[in-house]
Amino acid sequence: MNLMSKDVDTGLTEKITVSNLKFFYGSTLALKNISLPLYERQVTAFIGPSGCGKSTLLRVLNRMYDLYPNQRAEGQVMFDGENVLDMTDLNLLRSRIGMVFQKPTPFPMTIYENIAFGIRLYERLPKSEVDGRVESALEKAALWKEVKDKLHSSGLSLSGGQQQRLCIARTVAIRPEVILFDEPCSALDPISTAKVEELIDELKNEFTIAIVTHNMQQAARVSQRTAFMYLGELVEFGVTQKLFTNPSDKRTQDYITGRFG
Amino acid sequence: MALDIAKYRRRRLRSTITVALCWAASALGLTILGVILATLLYKGIAGFGPKVFTEMTPPPGSDGGLLNAIAGSLVMTIAGVIVGTPIGILAGTYLAEYGRYSKVSSVIRFINDILLSAPSIVTGLFVYELLVRPMGHFSAFAGAAALAVLVIPTVVRTTENMLLLVPNQLREASSALGLPQSLVIRKVAYKAARAGMITGVLLAVARVSGETAPLLFTALNNQFWSTNLNAPMASLPVVIFQYALSPYEDWQRLAWTGALLITAAVLTLSIAARWLSSSRTQQ
Repeated sequence: MNLMSKDVDTGLTEKITVSNLKFFYGSTLALKNISLPLYERQVTAFIGPSGCGKSTLLRVLNRMYDLYPNQRAEGQVMFDGENVLDMTDLNLLRSRIGMVFQKPTPFPMTIYENIAFGIRLYERLPKSEVDGRVESALEKAALWKEVKDKLHSSGLSLSGGQQQRLCIARTVAIRPEVILFDEPCSALDPISTAKVEELIDELKNEFTIAIVTHNMQQAARVSQRTAFMYLGELVEFGVTQKLFTNPSDKRTQDYITGRFG
Repeated sequence: MALDIAKYRRRRLRSTITVALCWAASALGLTILGVILATLLYKGIAGFGPKVFTEMTPPPGSDGGLLNAIAGSLVMTIAGVIVGTPIGILAGTYLAEYGRYSKVSSVIRFINDILLSAPSIVTGLFVYELLVRPMGHFSAFAGAAALAVLVIPTVVRTTENMLLLVPNQLREASSALGLPQSLVIRKVAYKAARAGMITGVLLAVARVSGETAPLLFTALNNQFWSTNLNAPMASLPVVIFQYALSPYEDWQRLAWTGALLITAAVLTLSIAARWLSSSRTQQ
């Protein structure tokens, strides 16, 4: 794993630095000594066959695994100079590292409330300002035009693709620094997928992004860096274009050419 | 390959017989229910009139109504539900959310199930020992307490089950926004499970409003109008019990009317509960 230093473009800051990360489900080792950086305002994609630990890695970054018993992480995940694994205020951490899930998960409330809810949690704002924030979040998620006339109908009334963009808007609205996408398009049709991908490309101007995907074309399209994981190991990490055209590891080569996985 | 017509016919025949048996079984069940309701209606409607709601339970041989029993039932049921529901919801929330993976929870769940299936007369005796004996007299307090004890396990069960139906993804999604667990539960999980939880409370109300045994040992009965919670209080089930067993015809008529009233109330509640939970699934 000496590829990392070679890939570092000058001038990129490491927003999150994972080093020697191990993760256990009970006594099963699911991540074996992962080390890699997430660069600020870049999209980093995680690819690999099912069960290779991509999602697990993502769920370490915002300590999602803390919701469940018998799961623990060892090592270091430095986020702006602090080790995420040592943090005690997880709510604060999660407000700084947002997450979008595989299945759209709108809350059982109106479209407006879905977004305003998170904003009000952290800031005491007059209604007019909340309105503005809701609008700009929906704009950013490219959803405003479609929903501006029905802000007060249920979030569950939207189509799957719209629901997913609502979830992205909700995450963006609380102004995190990092956004984690866990297979955000796997439940969406190609048109919605294209929209979400465009969106991710837009969002990287403001946020640091990590995306787990099963779709290699998607990784190639949206990311600047790609990590290939296999059986809980980080096999290769580097500039997306290089990883897809000229991988250094035989296993990466096999995976991207479809020989296994 | 040709179709084996004989085999096909036999299967069709078997299917027809099975369907017919299913119909017969449902028809039997529904007929029994229909007969009960019809008898109730026929016998109960005779004594029905404004007096039922305006006059007190009479001594044998004179005119009267069920006002004190209706009021007593309402007071004790409402009090029991007001006391029992919050406890039930909080305990159910603990089981489904905070203590989902803990060992204590499985013990609590087990005990709750015992409580749920305990005969209600045992609850009556329990409250008798706990409240009536030390206080030295029967009271509406004790009646309400006994009903509350019956409400709790039902509400614990339904609350837990309804919260467990809320997909974990919703919890993850709200935690991912940085919501503390208390808010995840209050703002998201409760919202998603609300219809089911209300249904549970309604079913608990329906269950306790027909209970006789626990009230016999606690609130006893009262021939007169009483709003004193520290004194014995009348209730529909106990009045029905007492009047139906009496040799007086007018008392028996009133018992039928009371039974009709209670059945109508419980039926309304059950239908409301059904309607609520179906409107939830349609969402």
